[in-house]
Amino acid sequence: MIAIKQRGVLPGFGLAMGFTILYLSLIVLIPLSSLLFKTATLSWVDFWGTVASARVLASFRLTFGAALIAALINGVFGLLVAWVLVRYKIPGKRIIDALVDLPFALPTAVAGITLAGLYSSNGWIGRFIEPLGLKIAYTPLGIMVAMTFIGIPFVVRTVQPVLEDLEKELEEAAACLGANRWQTFVRVIFPAITPALLTGFALAYARAIGEYGSVIFIAGNMPMVSEITPLLIITKLEQYDYAGATAIASVMLLFSFLILLSINLVQWWSRRHAER
Amino acid sequence: MTTQSITPNTLGDAALTEPKAVRWLLSGLALTFLILFLVVPLVAVFVQALEKGVDTYWAAIIEPDALAAIRLTLIAAGVSVPLNLVFGIAAAWAITKFKFRGKAFLITLIDLPFSVSPVISGFIYVLLFGLQGWLGPWLKAHDIQLIFAVPGIVLATIFVTFPFVARELIPLMQAQGTEEEEAALVLGASGWQIFFRVTLPNVIWGVLYGVILCNARAMGEFGAVSVVSGHIRGLTNTLPLHVEILYNEYNFAAAFAVATLLALLAILTLVAKALLEKKVRHAVKSATKPIGVE
Repeated sequence: MIAIKQRGVLPGFGLAMGFTILYLSLIVLIPLSSLLFKTATLSWVDFWGTVASARVLASFRLTFGAALIAALINGVFGLLVAWVLVRYKIPGKRIIDALVDLPFALPTAVAGITLAGLYSSNGWIGRFIEPLGLKIAYTPLGIMVAMTFIGIPFVVRTVQPVLEDLEKELEEAAACLGANRWQTFVRVIFPAITPALLTGFALAYARAIGEYGSVIFIAGNMPMVSEITPLLIITKLEQYDYAGATAIASVMLLFSFLILLSINLVQWWSRRHAER
Repeated sequence: MTTQSITPNTLGDAALTEPKAVRWLLSGLALTFLILFLVVPLVAVFVQALEKGVDTYWAAIIEPDALAAIRLTLIAAGVSVPLNLVFGIAAAWAITKFKFRGKAFLITLIDLPFSVSPVISGFIYVLLFGLQGWLGPWLKAHDIQLIFAVPGIVLATIFVTFPFVARELIPLMQAQGTEEEEAALVLGASGWQIFFRVTLPNVIWGVLYGVILCNARAMGEFGAVSVVSGHIRGLTNTLPLHVEILYNEYNFAAAFAVATLLALLAILTLVAKALLEKKVRHAVKSATKPIGVE
């Protein structure tokens, strides 16, 4: 009775909580743990032999590297887009604002074939860039383009609400104290939006690392050169090399969890700062 | 208000925004980026699809394999969205209307599928139900096939769309608190009456918002479904997988024709999202106001 009182007076806790835990276990926890158990059955030699092989290492370098550059591009342009959308009057703002979510809404396979078409040598964009001696489609550059595309909404959508809620008084105070606009931005506005910017950057990075559909069409998929890690997992699976696929997948999963953890740390840290 | 006193307004224009040239430059840069990365690809889908004429376009869409892919996509979304809707509501009810330990941890677990690569999302079901998987031999002995068949596709779709409804509802119901439900309880309403007459009308726009996002992902999922599908034409191909097959056969016009269906879905989703966003924001705002203030 006491326990129920502490929880709240409304009915339905048992049913709702029971269903939540059951469904969460069946759909997410048990299947995900099957990967952990499978990893545990691998011998260290097998695991290391797969993960440290030249082809896998090359795919890690490519995937994590391209995703990092894409996330950095999104950090800069995401902040810019959020700033323009919140602060400036531009025509068609509502349409532009809605369009930012396109990479969430457009199925990745559609994005993939479209980007591959646009950046290939006779595509709308490729035909202007290729004469400059730059090949984008079917090279690591193409992978970066696709990863940039799918990461666009993350930074914009995390920074935008913080910019909207920023108190105008802070900037007024800075201006009254003689700060110019650039100083106000660097010393007052930027520190306030840094946690959101970091969170958006990390989300975009995590998404880009795991991305498959929009990347494989433009990637070229050459082993050692333009083969991303998720594709390598699928290749191993198609060869019935479950142990190899498991080893690679467990490394990726570990990395995703580390990013998730760091996002939580950033938010915890920023909340503590806000309370002070 | 005279102009002599330094009010925020007189200070405002000069000191609180950037010079006109800077504003133009930043807006121009942002717009160029968005046009290059978002508008051009969206337009390109439709142009490429119609390049060979309307007849070719139409033929690619009413072809039997394409229709089978549409059907399977509708089935996958038709099963996964309602299940995740029920889950989302149950999870939000438990998390926002009661106090218990480990709440933040539970929310993190619910968000987990978002941080897993789509390829791994499909792979874990192969590990569980595939021929070499934990339950594979048992399923084989009982003549049940989940992987490389429709149930596997549905399961993978449920996994990748798992958090959508819950993560929209939790913050919304958190903001609305429990006072209205408690009032209903005092007036003698039963649990289901409270839910259907008090809670649901308050969060209906949020529910719809979550459902729309969930549906868009369910119909468009590629990586996870690709791993568990087996790519059997006419049988285990969803729309995105059908697009892939056509594209890999160099049948570009048909691939883009089918892709326009998914692009139209994306546009509809964005429009619905933009319309609902206002209503959801309003619901949160009116919820956070103290009672009696309108």
